[in-house]
Amino acid sequence: MTQTQRPGHEVDPKLLEILVCPLTKGPLDYDRARQELVSRSARLAYPIRDGIPIMLADEARRLDESEIKR
Amino acid sequence: MSQPIVFDRALLRRRQARAARLGPEPFLLERAAEDLAERLATIKRRFERAVDLGTPTDAVARALAGHPGIGTLMAAAPLAAGLAGRAPAVVADEEALPFGHGALDLVVSALALQLVNDLPGAFAQIRRALRPDGLFLAALVGGGSLAELREAFTVAESETTGGISPRVAPFADVRDLGGLLQRAGFALPVTDVDRVVVRYSSPFGLMADLRRMGAGNALVERRRTPLRRATLLRAAEVYAERFSDPDGRVRATFEIVWLSGWAPDESQQKPLRPGSARMRLADALGTSERPADETP
Repeated sequence: MTQTQRPGHEVDPKLLEILVCPLTKGPLDYDRARQELVSRSARLAYPIRDGIPIMLADEARRLDESEIKR
Repeated sequence: MSQPIVFDRALLRRRQARAARLGPEPFLLERAAEDLAERLATIKRRFERAVDLGTPTDAVARALAGHPGIGTLMAAAPLAAGLAGRAPAVVADEEALPFGHGALDLVVSALALQLVNDLPGAFAQIRRALRPDGLFLAALVGGGSLAELREAFTVAESETTGGISPRVAPFADVRDLGGLLQRAGFALPVTDVDRVVVRYSSPFGLMADLRRMGAGNALVERRRTPLRRATLLRAAEVYAERFSDPDGRVRATFEIVWLSGWAPDESQQKPLRPGSARMRLADALGTSERPADETP
C-alpha cells in the first residue's frame, strides 16, 4: 500500500478525539495508511488532505462490500 | 415538511473561493472578530476544546490568539482555501457537523451562519456538540443589512425589466434568531445587534466589496441570466438618489446580530418551580391579599 501522508502533515490527534461521521454521528476509524477516516455506519471514507480531514459526504469515497465486512 | 433551500451552497463555495483569490475585504469581519474576543474576555471560564465554525478567514483565530481561557482552537469551515495556515483544521459543512456529542466546550463563529439554509438544524447540532455548560457565541449578518441595495435593485429592475428577482439575501431577524436558539435547547439565550454604516464613494464600491467578501448573489431563486447593464446603472442611480450624504458618498448599512447561548447544565440559574415561593407577594407589596372574585 502506498504511503500518501507527508511528514508534518499528520492529522491532529485532538481532532481525532472529537470527530464523528457528519451524516450518522457514528464513530470513525482512522486509516493511517490510506489517510482516511472511515465511517462504517455511513459506508463512507472521508479523505484527509495535508492533515485536514474533509468531512463532506460529496467528497467521501463509498466503501465497497469487502471493506464493510472487514 | 422539508426545509426550503434558499442558498445554493455549491455556488457559495465558488464565490468564497473567488473572494479568497481576490484577497479578502475584511473590515466587517475584523470588527466582528475583535468584538468576539472582547465578549469572550468578560467570561471567566476555561474552554479546553473550542471550534471556530465557518469564519471565512483566520480573523477570529488571530483575535483570540493568547486568550488565557482557551485550550485548543480548532478551525472548521466548508472550504479548504479558508483554512490555510490554521491548525488543527477540518473541512465541514455547517449543516452537517462532524463533532461528537458533548465533545466541545466552546463554539464561536463570525459572519458565516447567515448563509446556512437550515439554521435551526445547525443550532441543534451545535448544541449537541457542546458539553453541558458549554458556550455558543456567534455573529451573523442580520435582517436590516443592505436594505438600501435591496431597494435600489427592486426599483431599477421593475423599471427596466418589468419584474423583480431576488438579488439580496434574506437575512434572519434578531427576534427570530433568539427564538431559534431557544428552540434548539440553549439556556440563557441572548441576542443583540451592532449596526454598522459604511460609506462608499459610489454604489459600485459597495458591490466590489461584496464580491471580495464572497457575498455575491447565491440565492437558488436568483435570475440566471446576467444582470442587464441598464438595470445595474439604474440601480446605482436610485441608490445615489436615495441614500447619499451631502458630500455625495453613499451609505450602506450592515447589521451584525450577536447570539450567545449555553448548553443546559444543572448549575445554571433557572426559574423556581411554581408554588415554591417562601414569601407572599402581598407582603412584599405591603398590601392585603384578596380572592380573585372579590370586587374592590
